[in-house]
Amino acid sequence: MIAIIDYDAGNVKSVEKAIEKLGAGHVLTSDPSVIAGADACILPGVGNFGDCMDKLRLRSLDSAIRDFVKTGKPFLGICVGLQLLFEESEESPGVSGLGILKGKIKRFPASFDLKVPQIGWNNVRSCKGKLFEGISDDTYFYFVHSYYLDSADPSIVSSKCEYGISFDSSVESGNVFATQFHPEKSSEAGLRVLSNFLKLSGEVQYAD
Amino acid sequence: MLTKRIIPCLDVKDGRVVKGVNFVNLKDAGDPAEIASAYDMHGADEVVFLDITASADSRDTQLSWVRNVASALFIPFTVGGGIKTCDDFKAILREGADKISVNSAALMNPDLISDAAMKFGSQCVVVAIDAKKRDDGKGWTVFKNGGRVDMNMDAVEWAVKAEKLGAGEILLTSMDCDGTKAGYDIELTKIISESVSIPVIASGGAGECSHFYDAIEAGASAVLAASLFHYKELTIREVKEYLKERSVSVRL
Repeated sequence: MIAIIDYDAGNVKSVEKAIEKLGAGHVLTSDPSVIAGADACILPGVGNFGDCMDKLRLRSLDSAIRDFVKTGKPFLGICVGLQLLFEESEESPGVSGLGILKGKIKRFPASFDLKVPQIGWNNVRSCKGKLFEGISDDTYFYFVHSYYLDSADPSIVSSKCEYGISFDSSVESGNVFATQFHPEKSSEAGLRVLSNFLKLSGEVQYAD
Repeated sequence: MLTKRIIPCLDVKDGRVVKGVNFVNLKDAGDPAEIASAYDMHGADEVVFLDITASADSRDTQLSWVRNVASALFIPFTVGGGIKTCDDFKAILREGADKISVNSAALMNPDLISDAAMKFGSQCVVVAIDAKKRDDGKGWTVFKNGGRVDMNMDAVEWAVKAEKLGAGEILLTSMDCDGTKAGYDIELTKIISESVSIPVIASGGAGECSHFYDAIEAGASAVLAASLFHYKELTIREVKEYLKERSVSVRL
């Protein structure tokens, strides 16, 4: 059973639909005990960093997530769900993130040529690790974000992307996975990433 | 590199796609979910749905087709038409839509843009602008109610204000060019793109590959077309290959 954390932030529905499409058992939940019992957990998210942290804390989901990660079971953060795993964000100065991983979330530099937010399909490079099995470098994924990850530990970065600057578009650290892009909105390639994640929990096998 | 997006637009009435789509054999040529999936297969980067249902009590129908689309489509989609309040936003986003486009409602109540941006994030707030060149040639004026009512408001000023209020994208339709197949309004696309720092989607007037290129050169981040794709006068792939040959970054 995959727990998709529902904390009233953004579009959990599309993540749920993608998991459904891949045929994995899942539950949308904000109940820490349901999360604790899941085989894998997904933290989706669209929205403001501080706002999302508030919503997590309000439901005691911050500690539920930290506890879940400690069990060693697969965990996936998507978009703001990636950002929340880190220590802080320029979007919400003074707000602490979950701090499970080390690094900061920064705003794309203001530049005349660069539209912020980055909205659309961009190719990722230096892909490695379990999420990218069967996916080649330069594959396009769908991004929507104004802030990007600057990981303190480059060894956990599992793909890079260019938007004015080169930024960390996904990470893998033990059982903790996260993508800045939206796999649930990235057509075939995105479903493959999700399926690779679900495979780790023994939920589905990707049909090649 | 971030690619330029090619976006087919579908008109929906009472839960059915109208104006017909015949670029591919469909079991049900009126089903929004099936048509959108076909466009995904054909390389669309996103899909925009415009709900033109007139009756006010059609919310349930709308939620139902949005839900079906979300189950079948794994690229982003925008829903526009008749969305007036933050509660409307919430209901449609909850069904799986990625973005909401607002037009007349935002003109009547600009706070809707800021309220929705605050609650759901700018990324899902698309402000659609229907603009028409002024008779004296001095700039463009904004229309509401599907192009029926002249707001006598400058399109550039409105776009700038929409961005300030928190819009994440501008969906810019030229009423002069719409349906002509003579090309997008390049002047309008250029001036709006230069005036805001959020992405601009050019709409209205596409008839051939070079039109897409011209709009992108003018600064559009994405280009939208409807009948051109629906009737297979051009495929999305043809457009993308044309753009790629001219060094425009596209997802192929």
